[in-house]
Amino acid sequence: MVESYLRQSALAHLGLEAQRARDEAAAAVRLHEKVLPAAVNLRGDGDDPAFLEAVAQALGLTLPLAPNTTASNAEVAILWLGPNEWLVIQHDAAPDAESHLATRLRNAPGDFHSAVTEVGESLVCIHLAGPRAADVIAKGCPLDLHPSVFGGAGRCAQSHLSKTAITLHQVSDEENGGPAFDLYTRRSFADYLWRWLSDAAREYNKA
Amino acid sequence: MLVITCPYCGPRCESEFSNGGEAHIERPKDPESLSDAEWAEFVFLRNNPKGLLLERWNHAQGCRRWFNVARDTVTYEILAVYPMGSPPPALAPKRYV
Repeated sequence: MVESYLRQSALAHLGLEAQRARDEAAAAVRLHEKVLPAAVNLRGDGDDPAFLEAVAQALGLTLPLAPNTTASNAEVAILWLGPNEWLVIQHDAAPDAESHLATRLRNAPGDFHSAVTEVGESLVCIHLAGPRAADVIAKGCPLDLHPSVFGGAGRCAQSHLSKTAITLHQVSDEENGGPAFDLYTRRSFADYLWRWLSDAAREYNKA
Repeated sequence: MLVITCPYCGPRCESEFSNGGEAHIERPKDPESLSDAEWAEFVFLRNNPKGLLLERWNHAQGCRRWFNVARDTVTYEILAVYPMGSPPPALAPKRYV
């Protein structure tokens, strides 16, 4: 694990706070970084009741077993990544939150196979919200984000945006007058993706 | 672009997937006794049919799982999607000359 005081956002060099537009209310898309998420990749057998029970005990949440769904409470969100793979995310957390999450999952009692990996260092989270947020993403992503297809808040999907692999999580149906998405990508793609998104959102009066 | 139904994630765009070539190529059980011609057959030679082709796909930008697809190479119609390790389902593919 990297010492927590050395952690730095992959977008730190862009000075995003200073760039932020004053007139946020008029913007049809709001774009900002959710700095340094705590994230744990969890693998295990979704058909094993001992595993499900242990995770429920450790996180206070039931694992989402249906494809492209999430579960969340005030503290963490769990994103379905595959039939035996989940991503556990915590925002605005203390620097040691990630190792706490991982320890809770590793020490969960029971007889089952699982793998717990701390992956927060590798991820960057960009938050998009507003009436045109889905239109911005649709410019480079093959997913149909209309609520009738994507399913609205609480749904997630892995796909690609422009040329970068992304994990998309719709966190709200109504924020700033439109849907809100948390978009996760690898930190090495973050600079490219942020510039691409800024350009894509410019015509919608981005803030 | 094709829409491929990932058995785990549901219908997604072809650009999320990568093709893994022909399916059901079995590694020789007794590699010591193989002739050069038989090795060439296993390593290099693949079917290129006009019509039904059984192939492997990986949902590379999604759940990263492998699965098999039965596809018509003329119409690009996907006739079946089935998991790795299982035999192909019974199909009635179109016949071309």
